[in-house]
Amino acid sequence: MKHTLSVLVENKPGVLTRVAGLFARRGFNIDSLVVAETENQAVSRMTITVDEQDQPLEQVTKQLHKLINVLKITDLDPAGSVERELLLIKVKADAVSRSAIMQIVEIFRAKIVDVSPEVLIIEMTGAREKVSAFMELMAPFGVVELMRTGRMAMSRGRRAT
Amino acid sequence: MRAANVILEALKREGVDTIFGFPGGVLLPLYDALYDSDINHILARHEQGAGHAADGYARASGKVGVCLATSGPGATNLVTAIANAYMDSVPVVAITGQVSRHLIGLDSFQEADVTGITLPIVKHSYLVKDAGTLPRIIREAFYIAGTGRPGPVVIDIPVDVTKEDIDFDPEVLPAMQLPGYKPTLKGHPKQIKEAARLIAAAERPVIYAGGGVIISGASEELRELAFYGHIPVTTTLTGKGCFPEDHHLSMGMLGMHGTQYANYAVSKADLIIAVGVRFDDRVTGNLTTFAPEARFIHIDLDPAEISKNVAVDVPIVGDAKRVLAALLVEVKKLELSADRHLPWMEQVEAWKRDHPLVIRESESGEIMPEAAVRTIWQVTKGEAVVCTEVGQNQMWAAQHYLSRQPRRFISSGGLGTMGFGFPAAIGAQVALPDALVVDIAGDGSFQMTVQELATAVQYRLPVKVCILNNQYLGMVRQWQELFWNKRYSETCIECQPDFVKLAEAYGAEGYRAVRPEELEEVLRTAFATDKPAVIDIRIKREANVFPMIPAGGSVHDMMEREP
Repeated sequence: MKHTLSVLVENKPGVLTRVAGLFARRGFNIDSLVVAETENQAVSRMTITVDEQDQPLEQVTKQLHKLINVLKITDLDPAGSVERELLLIKVKADAVSRSAIMQIVEIFRAKIVDVSPEVLIIEMTGAREKVSAFMELMAPFGVVELMRTGRMAMSRGRRAT
Repeated sequence: MRAANVILEALKREGVDTIFGFPGGVLLPLYDALYDSDINHILARHEQGAGHAADGYARASGKVGVCLATSGPGATNLVTAIANAYMDSVPVVAITGQVSRHLIGLDSFQEADVTGITLPIVKHSYLVKDAGTLPRIIREAFYIAGTGRPGPVVIDIPVDVTKEDIDFDPEVLPAMQLPGYKPTLKGHPKQIKEAARLIAAAERPVIYAGGGVIISGASEELRELAFYGHIPVTTTLTGKGCFPEDHHLSMGMLGMHGTQYANYAVSKADLIIAVGVRFDDRVTGNLTTFAPEARFIHIDLDPAEISKNVAVDVPIVGDAKRVLAALLVEVKKLELSADRHLPWMEQVEAWKRDHPLVIRESESGEIMPEAAVRTIWQVTKGEAVVCTEVGQNQMWAAQHYLSRQPRRFISSGGLGTMGFGFPAAIGAQVALPDALVVDIAGDGSFQMTVQELATAVQYRLPVKVCILNNQYLGMVRQWQELFWNKRYSETCIECQPDFVKLAEAYGAEGYRAVRPEELEEVLRTAFATDKPAVIDIRIKREANVFPMIPAGGSVHDMMEREP
């Protein structure tokens, strides 16, 4: 099962290396990783997706906690949190296929952000499954390139993640 | 004040009186400041020696050890020592010089990414980019190194930083900025109660104590618990001395080369009280057959150690001293009777009687290694500070030099660093100038850091190196004999220096003992001088360490003696 860890860290040089290095040397795999500053400039948030089958999640979080620059770790339960990924996809689109693509874009509430005679760039956000489903539907048109961020997640309700 | 001077003042504020180091280009400003400082500097002959000396100093004194090395090769030479301190949770602050800030990242002369190289082997590290942060960083480094589960902290300082002028007031402590560092010291009361209940109900309890007890200063509390509950105690290599090994409740060391009775007791125990240990593979062997009948109480400061290797029933995260004191109170409330597990105590006694550690008699007129260690123990009345190298010498020392006090047996446990013992002994001698410090060495290990003889001679540190000389890399040879058809691939090191002459060449004293009957007298003479001395003890060449549980094995695989 995929787990999403939301990790608050001090926003200092080298912290990402410390976290990534810890995963590497303890033999833990990172599925995806998103890092950015939070509302507080001194603090960054790392959203790390790991596969629990590959490693005991408890060891991962305990070892992470030992890093001096790690402030807080939340293990986000999928039901209790909102998850999003962002996808940018460049699809071949000629006069014939363009309208079909636009229909799918509408159904998925995605956005066309760049148009040129042969291709479209589409931006979409959603949970991992939705993003994957959209990618599958785009495949027959011919995907020129594709970029996908890792998973971000925020816990539902009043409490902060 | 010049930043180089600030560094020294900040070190003094942390209680530092001695630094082990080796100068270099980027350290010129710092060594220039040191020239007028009252901080004692011990010049090692290799940075690894400086690092291990700081480690030995820390283990012997309980204080934070400090070592200093220049950029590039100086710093990379410290890497082994840093890794060694990390594996055994030793508080060391390693200060490394770095090239000037504008030269970083340009493959400059003697540049190495030291914080990067040491990342996996430090508790924390700093690259100082702003001279104004030095006082805070030094304070934080000592706090991090010495509190919680101790460990090495690296401070990498570019040379131009050390030349800057900054404000410094030794009276004003800079505020630490460590929002993510809060070690849990107090154990959970409910868990402690539950542990007491398990202890009272246990029929076959064993205490398994390790280096954490020594670090925490919890020997007294451990002793009280063992005495009150009549619970036999076995210790790890790094835990040696946390419980007096000549007490009838002591079962000595457990694990691969532990005593048979300790391993039998663990395999039959119904309760293991693990204190300050990490269920290392050299202790447990095959995890599935380790203490198969036991429930586990695990007391440790580091939450990540709990259930890392063995799933425990009652985890207690906290400082061993505080937890054991609280546990003792709870256990006493349950009023344990002394004879509540009499059959178990009788069983342990029977194992001890029937399967003692054997000190073999010499058949061929050669010195047996166990007898040599036992003679060192007798001559020093068991009161020496013993450091060891790594390999057979280390295991013979652990088995036969019975320790009575914490911080008096210093050995590279986790990393198993050959060449550790001698520089560590130098550090221990600096920490304890009046103590008799003995390095029980092998001929292979000693040659890895032998150049520190110059350090010992220069600073008149009368360390005694007892080489158990078998002209082999003995432990590897032992495995080749037992498991690799006696194919002694590259383990025979008959080509070696004359250790007596070598010691003399450095200005130390050299001695040799070849026959069993001359050993005691040679040791007495060597230990009586106020100079460093090397004693070349020629032991039976193919003597092996027994008992032995092969790697990954269980108590059933134990070899009691030569097959």
